[in-house]
Order: sequence, then C-alpha cells, then structure tokens
Amino acid sequence: MAYLEVRGLTKSYTTRRAVAHVLGGVDLTLDEGEFVGIVGYSGSGKTALISLLAGLLRPDAGTIVLDGAPVVEPGPERGIVFQQYSLLPWMSVYENVALAVDAVNPGMPGGERRRITEELIALVNLSGAAWKRPRELSGGMRQRVAVARGLATRPKLLLMDEPFSALDALTRATLQDELLRIWSERRSTVILVTNDVDEAILLADRIYPLTPGPGAVLGPPIEVTLPRPRGRRHMSLSPAYQKARQGLVEFLRACRRGQA
Amino acid sequence: MSRSLTRKIVLPLLGLLAVLAVWTAISHAVARDFPSPYRTWMESRRYVLEPFFKDGEMNQGIGRLAVYSLVRVGIGFLLTLAIGTPLGFLLGLSRAFHQAFDPIIQFLRPISPLAWLPLGLVIFQKSEPAAVFTIALCAMWPTVINTAVGVRSISPDHLNVGRVLRLSRFKMLTKIIVPASLPYVFTGYRLSLGLAWLVIVASEMLTGTPGVGGFLWQEYNSLVYSHILLSVITIGAIGFALDRLMGLVEARVRAA
Repeated sequence: MAYLEVRGLTKSYTTRRAVAHVLGGVDLTLDEGEFVGIVGYSGSGKTALISLLAGLLRPDAGTIVLDGAPVVEPGPERGIVFQQYSLLPWMSVYENVALAVDAVNPGMPGGERRRITEELIALVNLSGAAWKRPRELSGGMRQRVAVARGLATRPKLLLMDEPFSALDALTRATLQDELLRIWSERRSTVILVTNDVDEAILLADRIYPLTPGPGAVLGPPIEVTLPRPRGRRHMSLSPAYQKARQGLVEFLRACRRGQA
Repeated sequence: MSRSLTRKIVLPLLGLLAVLAVWTAISHAVARDFPSPYRTWMESRRYVLEPFFKDGEMNQGIGRLAVYSLVRVGIGFLLTLAIGTPLGFLLGLSRAFHQAFDPIIQFLRPISPLAWLPLGLVIFQKSEPAAVFTIALCAMWPTVINTAVGVRSISPDHLNVGRVLRLSRFKMLTKIIVPASLPYVFTGYRLSLGLAWLVIVASEMLTGTPGVGGFLWQEYNSLVYSHILLSVITIGAIGFALDRLMGLVEARVRAA
C-alpha cells in the first residue's frame, strides 16, 4: 500500500435550491517524500479536495488512508497552509508557531519547545519579526509564518491550498524559491494545490490536472523530469519544462472545450 | 494644525454658547420657575467648588453624591460582567443552550428598570441591593448578546487551526474562542456601562438612596430647581466620561 491512498472521493454540497457536485471520484496515490502538484481552474473544487484530505470535511463516498491510518477527522499529522487569513491575529509570529509546536509536544520541556519554535521561524527567515503581530507583516511574511506553522507539527503530509496566490508576482517568486529550499532541507511529503502551472512545475515531482467541475476528477499525472535542485533561471527554456507545461495546459483546455 | 484646532475647540464652544442662549431665553420668557444658567451656577456654586462637603445625609457636595452613584453602578456593572459574560459565551457556543434561553432573554431584555425595581425591593427588602439588582439586570443584555454574536462570528479558518492541532477544549477556549470574540465582548461592556448609568438615576429616584439621582428627586421635592439642573449636568458629564473611558479600553482591545 502506498503512503497516501485516496480512492473514489466524492463530495457534493446541498444548498436550498440545488445540489452542487464538486468532486466526482478522486483517486490519488503518493509515496513518502514526494511533492505532488494539483492544478486546476478556479472554482473546480481544489479547496474542497484539500479540506477533505485535511479531514475538515467529510466525503460523501471514498476513502483516504495516510500511512496505514484512515483519515476521518482533522489532525496535526496533516499540516495545512491555507490561502490566507489563517494566522491568529491576536498572537505574535512566535506564538502562532508555538501553538502548533506545543500542541504536538505536550511532554517536552519548555526550553526544547522554544528551540524548535525558534528554529522554524529561522527556517522561514523571520527571526527578526518573531514578536510582531500578523497585521504588522506583509502578505509574503504572513505566508512564511503559515508555512512555518504548517511544518511545526512535523506532519506526515503538508497540504498547501494556493498558498501564494494572494501575493504579488515578485513576492510569490521569492516564496516559491524559499519553499523549494525548505523542501530540499526537510523532504516532507507535500500536496500543493494551485492554479499556477509554472508554480507547480517549479516545485512538484508530479502534477495532476483537476478537471473543471462539476464532478471534478484528477486527470492523468504528468511527471516533471526537471532535475533538482531546481532554479527558475532558464527553467522555461528546458525541454522538460516545456513538455510538462504543454501536457498540462492542453489537457485542461481540452476539458474546458469539451464542456463548453 | 491651527485650522483643525479651531474646528475642535471653537465650534464645540459655539454650540455650547447656543445652548446656553436657548436655556436663558426659556428661563426668562417661557417658564419663570426654570432657573437660568446664571442662577443655576450661583445656587450650585458650593456643591461644585466644595464637591465633598457633607452637611447631612441629603445635603452633600456633588462629588460625594457622584461617588455614591458610581460605587453603586460599579457594583452593578461588575455583577453584569460576572453573569453576562459567561452567559454570552454559553449562548454563543451551545446550540441547545441558545435554543433554550434565547427566547427568554429576548423577552426579558425590553423590560424597563422601573418594573424591576419593586421586585428587587420585594426580594431584598432593602433599597441598596435592590438598586444594584436592577442595574445588573437591565445592563446585562448588551454584554450577553454581543458576546454571543462575537462567539458565533469567529472565522471558521481560525477554528480550523484549533481543529487541525486537536487543541483541548480548554485551549480552544483560551487560545482561540475568547481572544477572537474579545472585540465584540468589549463593545457589549461599553453599551452595558452606558445602560447601567442610565438605570442608576431611576433606581435612586425610586429608592431615595443618596446619590446624584436621589439628590435630583429630593431637590425637586424641596423646590430647589437649580439643583435639578446641576444633577442633570453631572449625570451627563459622568456618563460622557464613562463612555469615553470604555471607548478607550475597547479601542485597545480591538487594536491588540
């Protein structure tokens, strides 16, 4: 059995007027230490999929098994980095990260927990801003805190829901580079959901296109054969990049044409 | 800078002068018993300039009277916070509790202090606890309702942080629910304090306890009308100061 096994995941929302079929049977397998991207149009059910994997939503049908244990509720072994607004505004950077560190290390001596917290803040280059509140930080800095908090529980799986999409292009590029560096240091298992094809190619080992809803499913995966360590310079010139990008874009466009 | 200073000081002064002019005009032209600002000042001078003198139970400086009222309001307000805050959190957190008690709260809320006071007298047999009881009961509702609304409007994103970390119920409360709803809670506190101060006058008038409201009623009965105006102005000034004070506290909580 694979590290993460997702089988036949479906989800609908019932509103007063209608039933919206969001996901129509998602299958996904991941090995430990893999970085997988999921790319889809806005509104195609990406956030629903992440929420299901996190256990924040219950699927109508289907199963999720992570490292042999079925996922039925949220838990710290699945860290999440949301799009935005998920930091607790009444806590400093340090306290936001410490909340997660303390939650998963209840028996650990305080000094040790402090060391881990400080290490995580240093990992995302925020040591100088550790005692600032989220509202004193730029959007990019806030998302760094969110990444640090996501990693703070040493999750088996890190779920990222369009983590950089609310940032300006320059900041987004910087954070993508940082994420690349952090992942190469930590080798966590990551699922990154995004609507940015280039972001997925830069970061992921393998990318699944998510068909536009209703009843979205994952299309055939595209392997990204770009060698690591990766950098964005000259990336767009390499044949591996062009092949991956072409495959993804063509698949997603074809889905949309078929629908229209 | 001088322009904004002009607007901040000169315009309110002009407004004050206009009110004093109308007041003078009424006292001269319409109601001869209604003292003019000048007469009010001349007859109240001692109460203001020696605010803490005490000649007898019912003849005391306005500062001393205000302190009696403030202490009474303070006790009532503390009672409001002590009962209203947990009630509000329960109402916001528990659906069952909300369904059980929300109708009763909506029913009790519009009842006037004048209606509660006799009941307080029946229950406590003494005017002092009856006044405090009335203040607490009337002033509680904004705290209860704002706290409940604050709890219910916590962003699901923030609650999800707690769910993902599997925080204990206690940590969920202290780390997420209470701090997230604090701005609403303090808005409730400010409104409650305003209400408590409104109620004090009515309850002192009815019970005849020493305080600004009791003094007002007594001076009406003794036909010293200028002291009614002195009391009214004092009540207004203290109410204004209390609201500003709570406003500052509220702003601090919101900024944190």
